[in-house]
Amino acid sequence: MSNRTVNTALFAPSRVGAMVLRHVYLLRASWPRVVELMYWPTIQMVLWGFLTKFLLTNSSYIAQASGVLISAVLLWDVLFRGQLGFSLSFLEEIWSRNLPNLAVSPLRPSEFLISLMAMSLIRTLIGILPATGLAIIFYHASVYDLGLPLLAFFVNLIVMSWAIGMAVTALILRVGMGAESTAWLAIFLIAPVSAIYYPVSVLPEWLQLVAWSLPTAPVFEGMRAILIEGQFRVDLLIHAALLDVLYLIIGAGLFLFSYHVARRRGLLLQIGE
Amino acid sequence: MSTPLADRVIEVAGLCKEFDGKRVVDDVAFTVTRGQTVALLGANGAGKTTTIAMLLGLLLPTAGRIQMLGENMVRHRYRVLGRINFSSPYVDLPRRLTVAQNLLFFARLYGVPDPKGRLRELSEQLDLGPLLRQRIGALSAGQKTRASLAKALINRPEVILLDEPTASLDPDTADWVRGYLETYQKRRGAAILLASHNMAEVERLAAFVLMMRGGRIVDRGTPAELIQRYGRHNLEEVFLDIVRETGAARPSRPETRPEPGAAAR
Repeated sequence: MSNRTVNTALFAPSRVGAMVLRHVYLLRASWPRVVELMYWPTIQMVLWGFLTKFLLTNSSYIAQASGVLISAVLLWDVLFRGQLGFSLSFLEEIWSRNLPNLAVSPLRPSEFLISLMAMSLIRTLIGILPATGLAIIFYHASVYDLGLPLLAFFVNLIVMSWAIGMAVTALILRVGMGAESTAWLAIFLIAPVSAIYYPVSVLPEWLQLVAWSLPTAPVFEGMRAILIEGQFRVDLLIHAALLDVLYLIIGAGLFLFSYHVARRRGLLLQIGE
Repeated sequence: MSTPLADRVIEVAGLCKEFDGKRVVDDVAFTVTRGQTVALLGANGAGKTTTIAMLLGLLLPTAGRIQMLGENMVRHRYRVLGRINFSSPYVDLPRRLTVAQNLLFFARLYGVPDPKGRLRELSEQLDLGPLLRQRIGALSAGQKTRASLAKALINRPEVILLDEPTASLDPDTADWVRGYLETYQKRRGAAILLASHNMAEVERLAAFVLMMRGGRIVDRGTPAELIQRYGRHNLEEVFLDIVRETGAARPSRPETRPEPGAAAR
């Protein structure tokens, strides 16, 4: 028998690093992809920035906290870009017919998921950071005024985006490329109940229950509590974090189950056709 | 004489796969030993690709046992995947990455020590130097095959599974690929399982042939044995006899299965 050593560890950072490197190569070689990452957050920020400017002189509510809409837009984009970054990094493997190569490599499904999370984070930061800078330059509205809680909001939202991304990729693995469009659409399903631009109390009572069962609503409520009332609501953050853990477990479970079914049905070879 | 256990790198027994109740691989059994090239032959839909997919762990068998390098591939595939590799015309390398980026990526994925050194080594052996900075999507079919071959050898595999390794290649490039595979195998003592429709390729590379039809292995032997058994001039004629079930030259003796645990040859 051969005595060569092969890394059979349950988790190897080097394999996750290799996956991230593969996608960084892709981004580095394609400036349109990088521009696309920055495009929508910037457009959104400009659009909502002007709206905020208008409302500042016309609404006493908004006047209490300038930048509340811009902050909401930017935080929403964390969720949207995070989910899209996760799902697109997965779809890139299908579009390039590389999925079987990964499936027969030592890369474990859990490492694959972690590399998709890392790529989602990188893509989100590339998209969001320039937009936050422009918001400061154009509207003197800095999302960084939220202080340290901003980091907590960001983490809560990006984790939820990964959970949704896992559910989306699980669906694509299960039913094929017919579900590709869910990568763009899925996130908007929770937008109305995420209390992004209005408080949860605006919603009908039964929808309020739905809203509080998602980690997004407490995050946006927490953001408004800081910007409008100057209050940091730890209870809302804990509420969001606990739900994030739950959704992440569900998302990972769905992905791993779909991966197993794909191996049983031979979908890993057929997907993309 | 039975083959020493350590030399049996692939052992398959009672392998079956069903899709929606239809059996596409049926009771397949064979052994491949270290340094041996075995070819899986059969018409389209005979079950070759499905068999290879199960050996790689891409597909879960409905029944049967697959031992690869001494490990159960269904239960412990991650103990083995770093020591094997594969190439198939139905699977691409990321086409927007350059050849060098692809190979560095796979080298890291397989935990190859000194990935850049391995890249240089393969670049020399496979004459990839001028292609390293080119994107996979910009390469010709022959160049892509060389890049895919480099990927398949990036981790110095002990077992290589090749699905139609020279499909769509011109005769010159195909000949070069075969020559390289022979050299690699001699140097490293690797086992190769090959699915191909190219009979000349099989006659040149394979020490042993498994003939598949309708998901079953219907005959097996060395190319010379099969040609003699069917009373034909070459493997292509044997292949046509088996695939068409013409019976123009039925084997003069029934298929002889190897003793359990014995090598394919």
